[in-house]
Amino acid sequence: MNKKQKTLLIIGIIILFVIIIFSSFKRNYNSMVIMDETVSGNWSQVENVYQRRADLIPNLVNTVKGYAKHEKETLEGVIEARAKATSTTIDASKLNANSIQQFQAAQDGLSSALSKLMVVVERYPDLKANENFRDLQAQLEGTENRISVERRNFNESVKSYNAFIRQFPKNIYANMFGFEKREYFKAMEGSEKAPEVKF
Amino acid sequence: MKNLINIFLIFLSIFGSTQSGFANDDIFKKPAKASLVMDNANIFNQQEINALKNKLNKFSNETSTQILVYTTSDLQGYDVADFAQRLGEEWKVGDKGFDNGIVIIFKPKTSDSPGRVTIQTGYGIEPLIPDATANQIVENEMIPNFKQGQVYNGINQAVDICISLTKGEFTAAAYKPKSQSSGGGSFIVFVILAITFFSLFGRSRRSNQSGIGTRSNLPFWLALGLLGSGSSRGSGFSDFSGGSGSFGGGSSFGGFGGGSFGGGGASGSW
Repeated sequence: MNKKQKTLLIIGIIILFVIIIFSSFKRNYNSMVIMDETVSGNWSQVENVYQRRADLIPNLVNTVKGYAKHEKETLEGVIEARAKATSTTIDASKLNANSIQQFQAAQDGLSSALSKLMVVVERYPDLKANENFRDLQAQLEGTENRISVERRNFNESVKSYNAFIRQFPKNIYANMFGFEKREYFKAMEGSEKAPEVKF
Repeated sequence: MKNLINIFLIFLSIFGSTQSGFANDDIFKKPAKASLVMDNANIFNQQEINALKNKLNKFSNETSTQILVYTTSDLQGYDVADFAQRLGEEWKVGDKGFDNGIVIIFKPKTSDSPGRVTIQTGYGIEPLIPDATANQIVENEMIPNFKQGQVYNGINQAVDICISLTKGEFTAAAYKPKSQSSGGGSFIVFVILAITFFSLFGRSRRSNQSGIGTRSNLPFWLALGLLGSGSSRGSGFSDFSGGSGSFGGGSSFGGFGGGSFGGGGASGSW
């Protein structure tokens, strides 16, 4: 083996390494992009189901109003909380601990206004027997379930994304390409299990 | 040298395993022998299980829509809807792409806990069976039967409605008046009256022209055939009650397809 052959061999090995490293970069980078997009997609699902709940409220309020005229305060509380909740939206690219908390605070405000309303409703048997109201109840209950499902999906995608980018040596790539750790949607008291909506 | 080590480490990482996945609770793990009727709480007898299985398998094979009926005596602290959603998602009930799965979970009433039931609809079923309709099925078909201890009837009727709704035999909006006993009743009365009226009218006209001849022209063999098919179906059912191991005419279940669930549906308790 002369000197020329030796250099050729070394060059060959280097090229091989470069190709392997490049493909590793590419694969990991692409995985990170896909996972990052999944997180964003799941976030918009979370917003969708919250919006779905907000969309039910005008109808619900009107139905309740027809039977429970004296509950003006509670109904106004719901309308106000809904306005606040629908005005708080976050772009998926601007998700951070602060904005998620803000979003959640607004939605929790609506949740508690709604549960107050549902307590009030107990006093109106005619309303509870109203078919339209029962349908709305069922829709609301289904939507609460959807919210907890989509929140869980979001958190799971954040979890796998975070775990992915923090593992060695992907953490090196993630740093290089600017993939940052994503924030979780923090669970309200025990909301990992769907709240049981009882009327 | 340091660079070489780095390169070596990166090289290693390429062959390193990339394990990622969600930790799932064991209770939602799909058993090896999963079918569309999972009677963990021993609610049904063998005949009922076979009949239900047969119906659901046939429906799944024909339309790819899968309905899973699952009974359990312990929800492990989960809300029944939550339980059903997780189960459906984990077992992948329904077809991938269509997400056309339905999960029905029944938990019997015990001395210290209420009975719980839910119909959870896959993403693709949600437009066909909206939450409000699912709730009506629970309230009209299931709970009244369950209260009388007729668990199989309740489940079976609900399954029939779900099948009709997903097949498009009637829409969710059409199911609504059907659920109101008064509205449905008057409609049936109207149909019966109309049929009676037209058949009377038709007969009187016919008798004016060619007498009863047209009626008696009904081929005798056709009547026989109808009778025959009726009786053979009857014998088929008596085979079920025989409870033999082999189960004639039963369509087999091809496995779950990859459907996904988003929490739609409705639940009830009694």
